[in-house]
Order: sequence, then structure tokens, then C-alpha cells
Amino acid sequence: MDTRYRWRRSMDQGMTLVCLLCTVLVLTPLALVLAFLAQTGLSALNWDFFTKLPGAAGEPGGGMANAITGTLTLIGLAGCLGIPIGVLGGTFLSEYPQTQVSRISRFAADVMNGIPSIVMGLFAYVLIVLPLRHFSALAGGVALGVMLIPTVMRTTEEVVRLVPQSVREAALALGIPQWKTTLRVVLPTATAGIVTGIMVALARIAGETAPLLFTAFGNRFWNRSILQPIAALPLQIFAYAISPFDDWHRQAWAGALVLVAIVLVVNTLARYATSRQVRLR
Amino acid sequence: MTRGAFERDLRQLNEGVVRMGERAGEAIHGAVEALRARDVAAAERIIAEDDAIDALHMDLEQRCMRLLATQQPMAGDLRTIASVFAITIDLERMADHAEGISRAVKRLAAEPLVKPLVDIPQMDEILQGMIRDALMAFQMENADLARQTAAQDDAIDRLRNRVLHDMLEIMIHDPQTVPRALELLIVARHLERAADHVTNICERIVYIVTGELRELNV
Amino acid sequence: MPKQLEVRNVETHAPTLVERNTAVQTDDLHAWFDRLHALRGITLSVPERQVTAIIGPSGCGKSTFLRCLNRMHELVPSARVSGVVRVHERDIYAPGVDPVLVRRRVGMVFQKPNPFPTMNIYDNVAAGVRLAGERDRRRLDEVVERSLRAAALWEEVKDRLHKPGTSLSGGQQQRLCIARALAVSPEVLLMDEPASALDPAATLRIEELARELAKEITIVIVTHNMQQAARVSDVTGFFLAGQLVEFGSTTGMFTRPIDKRTEDYITGRFG
Repeated sequence: MDTRYRWRRSMDQGMTLVCLLCTVLVLTPLALVLAFLAQTGLSALNWDFFTKLPGAAGEPGGGMANAITGTLTLIGLAGCLGIPIGVLGGTFLSEYPQTQVSRISRFAADVMNGIPSIVMGLFAYVLIVLPLRHFSALAGGVALGVMLIPTVMRTTEEVVRLVPQSVREAALALGIPQWKTTLRVVLPTATAGIVTGIMVALARIAGETAPLLFTAFGNRFWNRSILQPIAALPLQIFAYAISPFDDWHRQAWAGALVLVAIVLVVNTLARYATSRQVRLR
Repeated sequence: MTRGAFERDLRQLNEGVVRMGERAGEAIHGAVEALRARDVAAAERIIAEDDAIDALHMDLEQRCMRLLATQQPMAGDLRTIASVFAITIDLERMADHAEGISRAVKRLAAEPLVKPLVDIPQMDEILQGMIRDALMAFQMENADLARQTAAQDDAIDRLRNRVLHDMLEIMIHDPQTVPRALELLIVARHLERAADHVTNICERIVYIVTGELRELNV
Repeated sequence: MPKQLEVRNVETHAPTLVERNTAVQTDDLHAWFDRLHALRGITLSVPERQVTAIIGPSGCGKSTFLRCLNRMHELVPSARVSGVVRVHERDIYAPGVDPVLVRRRVGMVFQKPNPFPTMNIYDNVAAGVRLAGERDRRRLDEVVERSLRAAALWEEVKDRLHKPGTSLSGGQQQRLCIARALAVSPEVLLMDEPASALDPAATLRIEELARELAKEITIVIVTHNMQQAARVSDVTGFFLAGQLVEFGSTTGMFTRPIDKRTEDYITGRFG
């Protein structure tokens, strides 16, 4: 009896150790990347970085202020396109899950999730850049927005489906029409989950570079209109990284650090939103 | 469900009622026999046994209470248990009448009877038949038999009236006989009341079977 | 026009005819879930301002029946209904009748209390009225207080109307759901095993409430608890395998049922 127990205990401890090691293994790349970024990028982070425009080629100094605001602008534009379509689409999918339209939509969303992001950029290029005859923030926003749609749609569908049927029944039994039930009772109940889904999707597109290559294109100056090209952190990082200037290399690292920081902050906010999620028993 | 245990409890309840009924009947018969045989000692015994029959009554009541509390019976079961409550009271009263007859036997002691016993033993015979039939109707849940049994109460009433008539004649004829004649009247009255109780029991049996509660043989 | 409801006097068994209007009348009501024939030709009259209990073993169709009375059954895909259901003389399945309006006249309370999770107590009770268009704050206050009083919950929550609906105990939540249902002033209130998820004390309060509410509106309550049906209702219907086996005064049914199947069920020989 005693030996069996001891064997079991050591087996238990052994497996716990293995799981721990695996976890560490998974976290290691992230930790390494963050450490490397911090080490190389922190030195270039200063007030100028956040407030100044890029300097002339070769000249030290300057910053990425326009790229930071550019990324935020693009996220905003993408959100305007992707969030309403995604949320409403996801709601429809969960309320009417078995119709032909739903099945096709779901399939289309899954396919879209798999399309390479550069192809999304191409799509925006053809749709917006060509007719307008120049690159623009709008095009970049559209490209990113279209990438948002399938993700937001699927997460919204999942979260809305989690709203217990009893809540819907209670509303319907009160003589509230179906559409009002969905809009005023079901969606508010699922809000926290939807917001989380949106934030995670936004964090993902914040770092997308390929679709911006020939839509937003990048801009050395402040962007004045959404019909004009706009700077973005990923583009700027790319441009600086392949340049021959050390100062720009350091700024590229700093830019990467800021980008990662944005992603981390958004994900943390998403976590916070989840923790305030209404307990749906 | 605990229906099996409940069924068993109901059966035991019914058996308890039958046993108590048999003992009450035996007590009455024993008391009348004691009168016939002028056996005061037998009468004493019957008086003493009344306690045992009271104990049976208490026991049956408690069992009914327990079943009501634990099983929340409905419909037929509810009628049965509620009726058993009432039936045991009637049986207990019948045993009290047996005790009453025995006390009369004691009071008469060795004194000569004012007339030979004819009607009283006949009343007892009919009454014993009624008790047997009522208990059978109860066990078989036979409402018709219960109604027929209740109808026999008429015969007992007629006999009691005859005893009354005879005793009155004797008492008028010879006032000395009044105490002894009265005792016989008392005995006849006990028997008549006992038969009324059997009629009550028959009403209860009809209620158990049909759910109708009505006076039989008013 | 008033229907003669036969009520048996248990002692004398002389039937006494009690004049009662009919609140809900069903005529040969059938219901299907796709191919499954859940209700077979139910014809009965629910008397007005009384408590009608529906009892029967699991799967006998009692909840389905209830849901046919407020047109919730048809919300299940592939569900079908045939027959006539009249609420206060008006056929609720007539062509052109809006099910949403039917559900305002016939309210429902469910087995598991289901207050709206994102709303506080006040908003929960006001939800039905507010989403029907009422905006006047004073009127809403009035409705909320009236409904909470009717549900015997006002005294306990009047100082914390802004607290979430889910912060109440199980029994209180159920009374909150009842208040919410009452707020839209239904003519009939359907209760689908309202106390089965509650402890005995809360259960008794719900039963008392049902009896109290029956003074003003008609109550139909589905329950699998025989004693509850006996305690709470004036009239009882016994369902078995989608059919109505017996329907009559509660006292009569529980002391002397007519059908043997009813007797077997209520004495616990099956179900």
C-alpha cells in the first residue's frame, strides 16, 4: 500500500514538473522577444520619439509620432468598417443559426480568416486605391477592416450563443418582439464578451504590415485627410529596419516595442472587460 | 417510490383493525355468556381486558398519524386511513359496552334473573354475525356486504324493544324486581348501542370503497 | 357567457354548480414537435380568477400545453399547433393575430428564475413595459411598485431597486420574475413548475402568492408535486401521454378521482 502511494506521488510530481517545463518552454520565446525589444528599443524611447516626425535620411533624431497616430487612426477606420458588420453579422448567425444564409456566411468567414493578409491589401488596392488614383488611409482602413470582419463575426456569434435561452424566453414571454429581444436584451447581456472579441481582433490587426504596403503606403509627414497616405508603425518599422542607418535601426526597435506595448495594453483591457463579464449561470 | 413499504403498512393497519374488531366482538360475547352463566369472575376478566383493547386503539391511531405525516396519502389511501381512525373509535366504544355489560353482571351477582334469557342471547348472536360480516366487508372492501350488514341493525332494535316491553310488564307487575329488571334493560341497551357502532363502521366501509359518505339505516 | 363548473361536495357528493366565467378555453388542441405528437386533442375550460393546476408524469405534455396558451410553443423550429385556443373569448391562433400581443395578455413564469442579468431590480420589473414604449418615469415608478407589491417583494427590495436582479436569493428572484410578468398586466399568468428550484420556505411563499394573485387574475400552474397541486389549486387537470385524462375540482380529484389512471398516479403507483 505504502509503495504504491509513493510511486503515485512521485509520478504526480514528475508529471507536474513536465507540465511546468512545457509552460516555461512556451513562454520563453515571448519573454526573449520582449527582453530583446526592451534592451534594444528602450534606449531610443524618449519624448522626441513620441512627438516628432521622422527626420531626414541619415540625420539622427526625429521620432515616430505620425506612425503612432497613424496606427491608431487606421485601427479606428478599420473598426468603423469591421465592428458594425462583424457584430451584427455575428448576432444574426447566432439567432438564426440554421438558415442557408447563415451557413454560407459562416463558411465565407472561415475562408476569409485563412486568406493571406497581403491579398486583403490587394483587395483594398483594387477597390479604393485605383479609383482614387492614390494611396490613402481609407484604403488601409478598409483592408484592415475587412480582416476584422470574420474574426469579430465569429467571436460575436460564440458569445451571443452563450446567452442562455432562458433570458430570451423570459423576454419573449413578456410580449417583447424578437428583434427587440435581440437588440435590447440579448446583446446587452453579451456586451462584455463582444467587446473582448473586438479588442482581441483589433490587437491582431494593429500589427499587420502586408496589407498596408500598397494601401496606406506610409507618410513622412502628418496625414491631413483620410484620402491621403498615412504612416503606420509596422510600415515605419519595416522602412527603418532595412535602412542603413544605425539611429533608424534603434528607432525601429523602439517602434516595435511601442507596437508590442499597444498590443499588450489592448489585450489587458480585454481581460479586464472579461472579468467584469456578467456571470451567466 | 416507497409504495411497497406503504402497501405493507396499509395491510398491517387493516389487519390491526380486524384483530381489534375480533377482540371487541369476543369481549361482548364473553360478557353475555358471563350473564348467562352468572359468572362474576368471567365478567371481572372482561372488565380488565378493556385496557388492552384501549391500547390497540391507541396503537392504530398512532399508526394512522404516522402514515398521514410520512406518506401524504391521496384518494383511496386517504379515505382508508381517515376511516380507520373513525372505525377504531367505534370499536373502542363497542369494547366499552362489553365492559358495561360485565359491570351489570357483577351487580346482578348471584341474584335470580327476573325471567329466562331469550332475547338478549339472540341479540348477541345477531350482533356477532354483524361484526363478522362487517370485518369481512372491511377486508374485502365490499360495499354491498357492508350495506346488508348495516340493515341487520333493525332486527336488534326490534329485539331491544321486546326486552323493554317485557321488562316493563315485569316491573309493573312486581316493583321488587325493578333493580334486577333494570340491569337487563341496561344490558340490552349496551347491545343495541354496540350494533349502532357496527352500523357506523359499515358506513365508513362504504365511504372507503365508493367515496360516498351517507347515513345507513337511519 | 358563464360556464357551469361542476364542483363536487365531498361529503354529500351532491354536485354544486358554481357560476364561473371561462378565462381560457381550448378545443381539440393538438401540438407537434416535428413528427412527435405531443398533445392529443385537449379540450378544457380554465375558470377565471381561480388557480388551475396541471399535473402528470414527466413527458405527459403539461409544459407543452402551457406553451400553447401563450404561443411560445411555435418558437421551437418545426413545432406545430392545431385546434382552437380562446382567451376570454378571443381565438389567439386566428389568422392575423400577433403572437406578441397574445404574450402580453398571457404571461409566463418559468421553472428556473431568469431575471435579466444586466439589469437591476427596477429595470427588470420595468422591462416589459419600457420595451413596449412607456417612457414616463412616474408611470414606470408606479408600475414597478405596484408589481413588486403584488409579488410580495416590495418591502424587501424597495431600498435597493438599483441592485442587480441577480443579487437576490432564489426565492426572491422568482418573485422578481413574477413581478416582471405582472407589470404588463396580463389577464392570465402561466406558471411552469415555479417552485421546483426553490427551498421549502420559498416554495410555500410562491404558493401563497399564487393563491393571492388568483383573486385578480387567472392562474394556471404546472407542477409535478401532487401535494402542491392539492394545496394551491381550485381545479386540477391530469395529463397522461399527451391526453387529458381527468379535469375537475381539486378536492374531488384528490379524495375521489374518477379515472383509475388518475388514482394510480396521485397515490404514487407510477410516475
